[in-house]
Order: sequence, then structure tokens, then C-alpha cells
Amino acid sequence: MMDFLIFLSNFIMPLLIFYIIGCGLLSKQPVYDIFIQGAKKGLSATAELLPTLCGLMAGVSILRASGFLDDAAALAGSVTELFGLPAPVVPVIFVKMFSSSAATGLVLDLFREYGPDSRIGWMVSIMMSCTETIFYTMSVYFMSVHIRKSRYTLAGALFATLAGVAVSILLAG
Amino acid sequence: MLNYLWAGMILAGIFYGAVTGRMAEVTEGALSGVKEAVSLCLTMAGVMALWTGLMEIAGQSGLMKKAAGLLKPVIRFLFPEIPEGHPAQEDISANMIANFLGLGWAATPAGLKAMKSLETLNRTPGTATNAMCTFLIVNISSLQLIPVNMIAYRSQYGSANPAAVIVPAFLATAVTTVCGVAFARVAAGRKAG
Repeated sequence: MMDFLIFLSNFIMPLLIFYIIGCGLLSKQPVYDIFIQGAKKGLSATAELLPTLCGLMAGVSILRASGFLDDAAALAGSVTELFGLPAPVVPVIFVKMFSSSAATGLVLDLFREYGPDSRIGWMVSIMMSCTETIFYTMSVYFMSVHIRKSRYTLAGALFATLAGVAVSILLAG
Repeated sequence: MLNYLWAGMILAGIFYGAVTGRMAEVTEGALSGVKEAVSLCLTMAGVMALWTGLMEIAGQSGLMKKAAGLLKPVIRFLFPEIPEGHPAQEDISANMIANFLGLGWAATPAGLKAMKSLETLNRTPGTATNAMCTFLIVNISSLQLIPVNMIAYRSQYGSANPAAVIVPAFLATAVTTVCGVAFARVAAGRKAG
């Protein structure tokens, strides 16, 4: 199952690139010039990300070096491992609800510790790609139009996130 | 939110390090953390430049407009309350496409615009409408075709096949979105009925 998914994954990027550039040529666009313009936007977006990443990676590294992260995860993990959820993954799930970039810091830490192709690496790779920051998104979006009663939004978001965690565990095998 | 979370991480780490006698490691950790952030951004820069460059071509050759056309029935299904031709439809589809293609910084402005359009349809100011709840839940359940950032991270940390995550991630995100939409449908139906 996983082998087939990986096989399919290998095809998507090249085909997409082929399709986009092909369509660009067919509609007679100066594709390379446009590419350069777009790439500049991506580079400046990444440059804006660097200060955030520096702050968060320093924070996560401090937390890990002090032994706090391992001890807290081991504590939570004694329960969650019954459901197939390894202890080191637990902090990622909770932090992701509040901040995507902070969760990214934790994930990179796991990649360094276990490798991105390990079971834990796979699990968080999938998990990070299938859920969004609940509290951040809700507060920014609702605040912008002065909504105070969000009704069932939070319950629905938590339900979707829970489903995402379950699927990530299943797919990572 | 992030201010407290970040401060909490660092203060808790230093406090715990002092208690367990790992202060030297804590300093070492902070330094190696920022070093890693810089090398990660270098990898990211390449991947992002490639991706946004391609997206620019897709935008200017009309592919994005075509995608918006394909989305129309989906938006009609998800948000039956929005009258046909209302600007909210367009704003929501711009936000969804940006999310779908992993253009996070383009998704938020479009999303906020969509909220403003939805607010014009709100007859109970201060309380979220069904359409708003659905829109937020769909956003949080993250519909993403290519997890661009994740591919970059995986390649930075020596994955044998960084792009292998695409299809499993897509399956997972499809499941979360279907669950979210189903939940929103049931919750909305109960209120209306």
C-alpha cells in the first residue's frame, strides 16, 4: 500500500511541472521571465520566515536539551502508546493547534532524532500536512469580522484534527 | 498566543535544565538551534522559489481561473446559503485554491476577504453563520495538494525520498476535510431543522 503511494507521489511533481510549463507555452507566455518573477516572491517569503525559525528552533532546542521534552513526552506517551501513538509525537499534536511554526520546530527536531523516513518521521510528515492551526486560524478569521460566538466551529475543527491524527497513525503503519 | 508559547518553551527549558543540571547542554542547544534554522532556510529558499515560480506561470497562463471554474460546484455544495453570483463565492474559491497549492501567504488575505463578504450576508452580527463555520472548518482541515514545506524539510534532513509524502498526505487531508465537512453539515442541519 505504502509502496504504491510512494510510486504515485514520485509522478506528481514532474507531471505537474510539465503540465504548468506546457500550458504556459501554449498560451504564449514568456514562461522563464514569469518564473523568475514568481521565484522572487518565494525567496522573500522564505527570508521573512528566517527570524521566526531562528526563534522557534532555539526555543525547541533549549527545551529538548534540558530533558523536558523527553520527560514530558514519556509521561504522555505511556497512555497514548496504547493507541499506537508514539510518545515523541504527542507534543507535536498539541503545539500544532496553537502555532504551526512552533510545531514545525518540534517536527524538525524529530527528523534529526529519528530521521524523516522512520515511522515517527512519516507520522509527523503526514500529520503536519493534513491539519491546520486551530486557535490561530479561528482567532484571526473571526476577529476580522468581530464574531464572538463561533458556535460549532471549534468542535468541528477538533473532530477533523482527531481524524487527521488517526489517519496519520494508520498510514505510517 | 505565540508570545506566551515561545516564552514558556524557553523559560521552562532553562528552569528544567537548571534542576536537572544540564545548563551547558541548554546553551549548546540554543546555538545549534539557530544554526539549523539558517541552513534549513537555505534549503527552503530553493524549493519555495521553484514552487512560487511555477505558480506564477500557472496564474498568468490562466490555469488558476480554470481551477476556480472547477471549484464552483464544490462551493455551491459546501455553502448553499450564499446566493449565486455573490462575491463571497469568488473570495472563498481564491482562498481554497491558495490553500490547495500550498501558497499560505496568499491564502490568508483571500480568506479574510471571504470572511468580510460572508459577514455582509450575516443577519446576526457577532454570531458566526453556518457558512462561516463551514469555511473555517474546511480551512482548518487543510486541503493541500502538495505539502511544499514538508518536502523541503524532509529533504533537508536526508530523506531518501522527500516527495514520497505527497500522496499519503493528500489522502490524510482528504479524510480530515471530509470529516470536517460532514461534521459541519450535521451541526448546521440540527440547528436549522
